[in-house]
Order: sequence, then structure tokens, then C-alpha cells
Amino acid sequence: MVEWSENERSIISNIFSNLDYNDIGPKALVRCLIVYPWTQRYFTSFGNLYNAEAISTNPKVAAHGIKVLHGLDRALKNMDNIKATYAELSVLHSEKLHVDPDNFKLLSDCLTIVVAGKLGSAFTPEIQATFQKFLAVVVSALGKQYH
Amino acid sequence: MTSLSAKDKDTVKAFWANVAGKEEQIGCDAVSRMLTVYPQTKTYFSHWKDLRPGSAPVRKHGATVMTAVTDAVSKIDDLTGGLLSLSELHAFTLRVDPANFKVLAHNLLVVLATVFPNDFTPEVHVAMDKFLAAVAHALSEKYR
Repeated sequence: MVEWSENERSIISNIFSNLDYNDIGPKALVRCLIVYPWTQRYFTSFGNLYNAEAISTNPKVAAHGIKVLHGLDRALKNMDNIKATYAELSVLHSEKLHVDPDNFKLLSDCLTIVVAGKLGSAFTPEIQATFQKFLAVVVSALGKQYH
Repeated sequence: MTSLSAKDKDTVKAFWANVAGKEEQIGCDAVSRMLTVYPQTKTYFSHWKDLRPGSAPVRKHGATVMTAVTDAVSKIDDLTGGLLSLSELHAFTLRVDPANFKVLAHNLLVVLATVFPNDFTPEVHVAMDKFLAAVAHALSEKYR
């Protein structure tokens, strides 16, 4: 089981309570679709993703980015049992959405960079380590039900 | 992966001009983050007295790395040729597992995002990511 110190819990809690989901969610997904264009394969129904400009202004992408970021709320509320918490979402991503689990890491790297851009030097190495640990646990949990 | 397009090279060169004067700060921060967030990387620096973020050896190494990356930008049209001796150094002397090049690259991108929140756009991000991957590839050339 994953152990969280009191310090790590408060770091994660602080990051998310100060996050504007409507801003950060879209930015993270937009960045992922631009930096790792093969991830666009999952969003053929989103319309125009032809270039960075189109992706950045696509309302479906923005809406989905917000949705995905809120998906992290589940982990926030259940830090001591993230694996079980994401079992259902893992099955969804595997059986229905058919998302290659390697993509979870790509999105999580983009989210890290967007949060870093937002917080600037306040995103210290220690905070980065904790945030990446949190995301790594979520990513692992999302990949658990694949077979 | 893919090679650098003319647009990628222009984007990298234009963005990297912002780095001038901040190399030491950025390099130090990137190495500090690497050692903190990926503690396994500390195994390469057991000969340092102090591995804490911002320590003297960390600062010095950050500067060394950044000088090399800036040099790589100037040799962007032939990274394999331009980084030949550095590749030999990493292959035969340092023997850094090439997986770590990605780790350092990630932390450098994080620092660039914190220092240049407005300039480090998704378009710049992808060009820089590709460039650093190409540098890593050139550094790995002599390994085997």
C-alpha cells in the first residue's frame, strides 16, 4: 500500500484547493494533444484538431480537460486506497475507451508542467516530487484492470 | 523518434535566446529537481559532498549541463557530429544509463515552465521536447 506522510497529504491538498480546474484542466489536455499528437487518436469525435490553434480553442477539448482533472478528485478523497477507488475507471479506460495506459503518463507529465507554469518557483522540488508521486499512484491504479 | 523539422529548429533557437543570462539558475534548478524527484539519479553523484538542492556541486553541475545544452542548440543541424566527444564521455567514462537523459530533460522542461510561463507554450514545449530527445539520442550514439 502507498504510504503518505502528513506533509505529503497537505502538499497535495494545498495544490488542488488552489487549482482553477477550468483553467488547468483544458491547458493540460491541450498540451498533451499538441506535445504528443498521437494521443489525438482517442478524440476523433472532437472535430477540428488540425493544428495547435484549433486544439487550443476547441470547446470539446476544454470540456474534457475539466472532466479529466475532476477525475483526480477521487484520489484526493481516498488517498489511502487509490487503487480500489480507480478500479471502475480503469475498466472503463481499458474495455470501453481502449486507451493505451502509456498515455496516462503523458497526460500526467503535461499536467505537472502546466501546474509548474502556474505556481512558478512556489512549485519547489519537494512539491514537485510529491505531486509526481500522487500522479504516479493514480496512473498505476488506472492501469491495474487492464488484461 | 522523429528528426527535427526546420520549424522545430527555429522554435528552439528563438526560445533558447530567452535563457541567456539565466543558465546557472535554470541548470541548478533542473539538477536539484532531478535529484529530489528521482532519487535513483543520486547514485551517479556519490562522490559529491552535498547533494542538497542548490548546493555548490549541484550548482556547478547545472551550469556544466546548461553550457552543453546551449552548445547543442548551436549545433542543432548536426547533433551527432557536434556531440561526439560528449557521447564518448558518457559512454566510456560516465556510463550514465541513457534512461536518465529523459529524466533530466523532463526536469529541465519543468524549470522552463516555471521561469517562462508565458513563452513556454505547447508549441515551444513540443519543439524543446523533441530537441532534448535528439540530444539524448546523440549522447547515446557511442554506447554500443
